Amino acid sequence: MMSNQLAILQVVIPLIAAPLCLLVRHAKLTWLFALTISALCSVIALLLLQQVTTHGPVVYALGDWQAPIGIEYRIDVLGAYLLTIVTSISTIILLASSSINKSELSKQKQPLFYVAYLLCLTGMLGIIVTGDVFNLFIFIEISALASYTLIAMGKDRRALTAAFSYLLVGTLGATFILIGIGLMYMLTGTLNMHDLSVRLVELSQSRTLFTAFSFFIVGVCLKLALFPLHWWLPNAYTYSPSVASAFLAATATKVAIYILLRFIFGVFGQEFSFSALPLQNILMTLGIVGILVASTMAIYQKNAKQILAYSSIAQIAYMILTLGFNSHNGLLATLIHIFNHALMKGALFLALAAVMYRIGSMEIKQFAGLGKQMPWTFAAIVIGGLSLVGIPLTVGFISKWYMIVASLENGWWPVALVIVFGSLLAAVYVWRIFETAYLQTAHEPNKQIKEAPLRLLIPVWLLTLANIYFGIDVRFTQNIAELATQSILGSAM
Amino acid sequence: MNVAESFNYWAVMILMMSGLYILIAQGNLVKKVIGLTIFQTSVFILYISMANITGASAPVISEASSQTNLLFSNPLPHVMILTAIVVGISTTALALSLIIRIKRAYDTIEEDEIHDMDAQ
Amino acid sequence: MQSNELLYVQLAILLPATAALVLPLFKRRPNIRETVTLLASASLFLICISIYSTIDFSHQQSIVWLTILPQLTISFSVEPLGLLFALMSSLLWFITSIYSIGYMRYHHEKNQTRFYQFFALTMTTVIGIAFAANLFTLYVFYELLTLSTYPLVTHARNQKAKLGGRTYIAILLLTSFLFFLPAMVGTWLVSGQVAFESGGLLSAYTSELKVIAILLPLFLLGIGKAALMPFHRWLPAAMVAPTPVSALLHAVAVVKGGVFAVLKVCVFIFGENLIAMLPTTQLLLYLAGLTVLIASLIALRQDSLKKRLAYSTVSQLSYITLGALLANKTGIIGSAMHMVIHGFSKITLFFCAGAIIIVTGKTKISELAGLGQQMPITMSAFFIASLSIIGLPPLAGAWSKWWLLLATAEAKQWLLLGILALSSLMNIFYLLAIPLKAFFTVPTQQISVKSDIEAPMPMLIAIITCTCLCFIFFIFPEPLYELASSITHSTSGQ
Repeated sequence: MMSNQLAILQVVIPLIAAPLCLLVRHAKLTWLFALTISALCSVIALLLLQQVTTHGPVVYALGDWQAPIGIEYRIDVLGAYLLTIVTSISTIILLASSSINKSELSKQKQPLFYVAYLLCLTGMLGIIVTGDVFNLFIFIEISALASYTLIAMGKDRRALTAAFSYLLVGTLGATFILIGIGLMYMLTGTLNMHDLSVRLVELSQSRTLFTAFSFFIVGVCLKLALFPLHWWLPNAYTYSPSVASAFLAATATKVAIYILLRFIFGVFGQEFSFSALPLQNILMTLGIVGILVASTMAIYQKNAKQILAYSSIAQIAYMILTLGFNSHNGLLATLIHIFNHALMKGALFLALAAVMYRIGSMEIKQFAGLGKQMPWTFAAIVIGGLSLVGIPLTVGFISKWYMIVASLENGWWPVALVIVFGSLLAAVYVWRIFETAYLQTAHEPNKQIKEAPLRLLIPVWLLTLANIYFGIDVRFTQNIAELATQSILGSAM
Repeated sequence: MNVAESFNYWAVMILMMSGLYILIAQGNLVKKVIGLTIFQTSVFILYISMANITGASAPVISEASSQTNLLFSNPLPHVMILTAIVVGISTTALALSLIIRIKRAYDTIEEDEIHDMDAQ
Repeated sequence: MQSNELLYVQLAILLPATAALVLPLFKRRPNIRETVTLLASASLFLICISIYSTIDFSHQQSIVWLTILPQLTISFSVEPLGLLFALMSSLLWFITSIYSIGYMRYHHEKNQTRFYQFFALTMTTVIGIAFAANLFTLYVFYELLTLSTYPLVTHARNQKAKLGGRTYIAILLLTSFLFFLPAMVGTWLVSGQVAFESGGLLSAYTSELKVIAILLPLFLLGIGKAALMPFHRWLPAAMVAPTPVSALLHAVAVVKGGVFAVLKVCVFIFGENLIAMLPTTQLLLYLAGLTVLIASLIALRQDSLKKRLAYSTVSQLSYITLGALLANKTGIIGSAMHMVIHGFSKITLFFCAGAIIIVTGKTKISELAGLGQQMPITMSAFFIASLSIIGLPPLAGAWSKWWLLLATAEAKQWLLLGILALSSLMNIFYLLAIPLKAFFTVPTQQISVKSDIEAPMPMLIAIITCTCLCFIFFIFPEPLYELASSITHSTSGQ
């Protein structure tokens, strides 16, 4: 019985905690409070994961109104997997956030930061647990609005324009999703995802459904930053506060991919999705182009965070590429990469936050000679970077392996080539950071730049070591991803 | 295609496209927000119009509703739209406050001028 | 008794790794630091000798350290080729450490602790490659080798080092990601595993001949460390490194790691019979032959001493690749022996080059006129080692050249036979020219010698030792031959 309550608690706890932060205006206290709440959410997520893998999906009816009339929360393996990822990353990032925020935000703003952070977390968790499409829309908007706020808190004034552009694009995307939802409702009269998946099967020839599908997919792709709908992301990640960048980079787009998975394979159904639109071709082409273009653009950036932002766009393109394979192994590759990429980007952005903390700038030029002065921080960046490239013994290699296997299985040699070529491009943009940090002498050698404080190094290294650990002990990722793949492909929902 | 029957969809489409156009084409940030709002409104109209049933009355329980065979319009889309309107308002509020902050930081709210200032 | 060898193998890997971890502690005490390095390298060699003396190749065992994905394990086992490679690398690490002490101290090099640390780390990866029981382990340590040698190549940390480092890492990562990795995945998809099997893992899958035919060039091009053209540029680029690095790594560890991988792949993934059947083999043979020739030609034109030696190495490496592709036992024996003998000979040449550079400051061959007066030992050693590379008795190089020539004849590859002979001729020109110039040319201007001694003593010791070994291996080639011939247990792999 308790476990059934977990589903709603997962969302309600951070939701209520957010305004409570508003009441407690003290910077350090709100941080501790937010950290506790996030940790609590992680525990709930892990409990849910255990529950789901042993007993099957967890279902909860809000207000005891049964589906399909009432709103239902439904968590299966895929959902629990993502919940674990989002909450764990959130907690680890929050561990480091106190010091980082102190250096980037004014004292009055810090508590407000945590309010927005918790709301964003609520929104994302809500997206994952809900089984009702309109509820999904609401949570999408909650997380979006909270993230606009988070981004706008950046020091640089460009954070404001970045947040504004993101707002326009995000709302556009959400509204497209709303249109899709409306059209689906018109066809079936239900808002429950499971119910929809059953009813939409008979309607697969309907033009309305086709329109609904198109609007929905485009809307989600806007949120996903799938090339060519990606232009809001670089500025948004670059100019936002470091903690927000780390959090959003590791989680926000993954949740969007979750929505895509849920709807393509669940609600609309695999058969319809891939035959209504030439979805396989579209996703694969956009994936390939995204990988190549975004990685190349990353090479030319002068700001470390911008490099990582473009890198994120490329990595998302990878996930969409393998999703587009429409095969068991392709889906497995996407799911594994969701986990691995969260680890990689989380570690890298957090390490960059530590650098920002010490030198106050993210321009690569300023990194000269830092390899010597901040050895631990940059060692973490090296490992994270190598993971991004896909060196064996890191999570990046595991992702690449699955992706290559998935593409070679279908005999698509060119696709496999693109995948490894993307690794090479990643090596180029990552190496620029290494070279500047280690091979160039510092501009002002007399200026003593200290290593990042321990309270920052610990979360950074937690994530970095996770990069290596999960690159060696793949059992957890593999098992859960396999179960999730089976549940996606096996049944409608 | 009977225009009279699907006139609500036409209205929705016209509003949607106008909103989208304003959003993209206008340089002034406030006008962009207006465009966004028009765009969102078109979706609201889509929902509400789909909820309507010809010859039905408003979905309010009253004395008269105790009669059987009374047709009500679907209240669910109305509910959804109320929620969506609230979301829309929050978004607009956030957008407008961002504009105020932008104005303070850049002294302009024209997109191209901001772009130039950022490029420097 | 059989479990001992595996224990030794694990020790062999952990020992240099531990040394690498421990060395920074002695940053302030250079003498202790150097002692640690010497102890570590000597112990490593002794461990390898112990394995050699107790090994029974008919009972092969392997030990699994990690299972990363099904069939992708990090596991180790001992087989003759790997043992040969390990023995050579560990002995030469010891000798190079002695050499480095002389070099680094005389030259007042900065960041010496970091240097020795990454050296030890590199040796860890080399031993990992040597004792890899499957392709995946080989790949992992191969990549780690690339990464751990990068700080050594860019040791000087100046602009030249940065650019050289870029070429180095770019080509090595490009080849391994673009070709090696897909080739490994391909192997896995065809056969379901990546283990090294006697007779060749893929030899049972002749139904997939087309796919396997593509895999062979992918592997050969992907193992960039074997410097097959056009992916050879990293080797001359790596010459920006301090000479001890060029000596041990780019005459021995890294490049031999590359051809070792090629040999392992040819013998244990493909197998002789399969290679003979593939249509792509002939193309690759010609590519190797072309590399031999063109690299020799380029070497002739180099004035920079280290660059000439680098291109000579490129050429010699393709001898080994050629031998591996000939698909007969003689070829394998010749390649394995050449791997070792060329290692000893080339390292001597590089040692001499390093001595010349730091004592006289000269890097160009044209400046070496008359140097024989000031540095007789060095230039004599250079002369002897050159003879070994050319393949003339009484130096060890004669044996490996002999076996390789025999192998080409056996395979009826007359063109390649001609190429090998022609290349030996060119070797005479571009290698012997140097000691001849040093001894018999009158210098146009007085060479300024920076010190009274010919070269620091540790360096001379290293040079003389290796030169002697070139002689010794000619007189006693049996140990090498024994190991080399037991690589392929039987001539027909099925």
